[in-house]
Amino acid sequence: MSSSTVSRQTSQVRTKPTPGIKAGPSLRRSRDNVSGWTFAAPFLVFFLVFLVWPILYGFYMSLTGKSLTGANDALIGFSNYSEAFADAGMWRSLGNTLYFTVISTVPLVLVALVMAALLNIGLPAQWLWRLSYFAPFLLASTVVSLFFVWMYNPQLGLINDFLSKFGIPKIGWLNDPNVAMWSIVIATLWWTVGFNFLLYLAAMQNIPAQHYEAASLDGAGAWRQFFSITLPQLTPTTVMIVLLQILASLKVFDQIYQMTSGGPGGSTRPVVQYIFETGFTGYRLGYSAAISYIFFGLIVLVSALQFVITRRRSA
Amino acid sequence: MANTTLTRSIPRSGSAQVIRQPRKKLTVGKVAAIVVAAVLAVLWLIPFAWATVTAFKSEADASASKISWVPPSGFTFDAFASVFQAGNIPLWTWNSLYTSAAITLITLVISAFIAYALSRIEFKGKKVLMTAIIASIIVPPPVLMIPLFYQMLAFKMIDTPWAIILPQVIHPAMVFVLKRFFDQIPRELEEAAVMDGASRLRIFMQIILPLSRPILAAVAIFVFIGAWNNFLWPFISTNDDSLLTLPVGLQTIKSAYGVQYAQNMASALLAALPLIVVFLFFQRQIIKGISTTGLAGT
Repeated sequence: MSSSTVSRQTSQVRTKPTPGIKAGPSLRRSRDNVSGWTFAAPFLVFFLVFLVWPILYGFYMSLTGKSLTGANDALIGFSNYSEAFADAGMWRSLGNTLYFTVISTVPLVLVALVMAALLNIGLPAQWLWRLSYFAPFLLASTVVSLFFVWMYNPQLGLINDFLSKFGIPKIGWLNDPNVAMWSIVIATLWWTVGFNFLLYLAAMQNIPAQHYEAASLDGAGAWRQFFSITLPQLTPTTVMIVLLQILASLKVFDQIYQMTSGGPGGSTRPVVQYIFETGFTGYRLGYSAAISYIFFGLIVLVSALQFVITRRRSA
Repeated sequence: MANTTLTRSIPRSGSAQVIRQPRKKLTVGKVAAIVVAAVLAVLWLIPFAWATVTAFKSEADASASKISWVPPSGFTFDAFASVFQAGNIPLWTWNSLYTSAAITLITLVISAFIAYALSRIEFKGKKVLMTAIIASIIVPPPVLMIPLFYQMLAFKMIDTPWAIILPQVIHPAMVFVLKRFFDQIPRELEEAAVMDGASRLRIFMQIILPLSRPILAAVAIFVFIGAWNNFLWPFISTNDDSLLTLPVGLQTIKSAYGVQYAQNMASALLAALPLIVVFLFFQRQIIKGISTTGLAGT
């Protein structure tokens, strides 16, 4: 093959990604069809069996009275859904999930931003700060729950002991229905803020230095620079972090189940736990599948928002 | 973008250090920043410190109503000894290790293959396939738990390691992280191989994969941490004591040991140790990995 052909092929490749060379167009295309699907096949098998199928089957289940005891597989239409919409337990757990999402997302974004901004000033011993803020993210939820249940212990816990030095009476961190959700938010903040912190830090370090140099020449101080350069430059990152955090918070289950089992009196029980209990403790698989789908609808709504926003940003 | 040199097309490799703001003298503002950062760091380290102190106490000291950072009867390894005698932690650690490793390996292989197809090969149905995979990013795992459990029951996989491993290998967001990286590898590099009549598979294995080590590492780190710490699915899919992963196993000791605070903390610390140690050794890679994959969604 002569060199002129090669260079022509090269320029064609750049605009249209078809690097096949020897075969004619139709043969090449059919060969590409085969190799494309072959490369995709292993993923696709798992994708179909463990994702697509359960989604479809879950929806089918939600239309049946299926239970773990095997009884009543018959289709019952949408009556699981109408039952769920009239179920005070579902609404309460959905409300708890939304409450947790609101009161956890705000500190999980703000504290992460503060941590990243502090490090970005150029503090010495960067690795030390990063280690302290990020290390908890590497823990399993159960470890975090063990740590915090122990610190929240009303009689023997570190936190009440510390507060008593200031004359503050003992607080039932996980026993008081008015406090329990906040205690879980604090534990969650400690556990996962490091993740958002790293995302912010990476984004801040990608802001070109020229921006700051120009501002310095104009006499803008660090404070001004943060609000007029750093923060605006971070807007796309902030939008993504907030949306990802909302989606993560909506799925809350582990630490609540482990720390309070949803109590006291159901005051912290999230919707995922309600699905779990309806299905595995109450054996009502069909009904819990229906609640799963109502929850899914909520997630789709938030995700649709995310897609719209990211699309607009990249367009 | 396509014809820039390879080093430039690999995103965010080490350039961060260069662009950081120029260092200034120690100002009042900077001192204040150090103080705030230090307060936060102390707050963030206290749970570790308190768990460690408690784990090295005798049970009597741990449950004493007067709280002490230095226990009256001294520090002891009793709690760790009891935990080791019970023998569960090493087994659970092993279970977590091999299931997480298997999940990471399978995820990497199947995701890299499909990402290559999406990046380089024009085939019929590619658009539909891409849309389906993108859409699947939004499916929250809790929605799948009920049908997936029923399905694994039908496959007779409940209470086998396969029940833990197989449903956790689908990471659509990571497929796109890999695809985006492959897109940035200049095509010129493959052309010589194509001329020599190399197959797609050889090009993929010998050219694309070696150039993609940083992103493969990043994805591996992200997937491994997620699998290592996953609670809900292993909790649902295993009842057999000998199959429990660390996070699930720890949940059972809380009820078993009751008020054994020192032992609880010793178990928690032993469970936390492996990843923390790995992090201390590979801090740079892990932080870079999280920063490059994190925004892709979970």
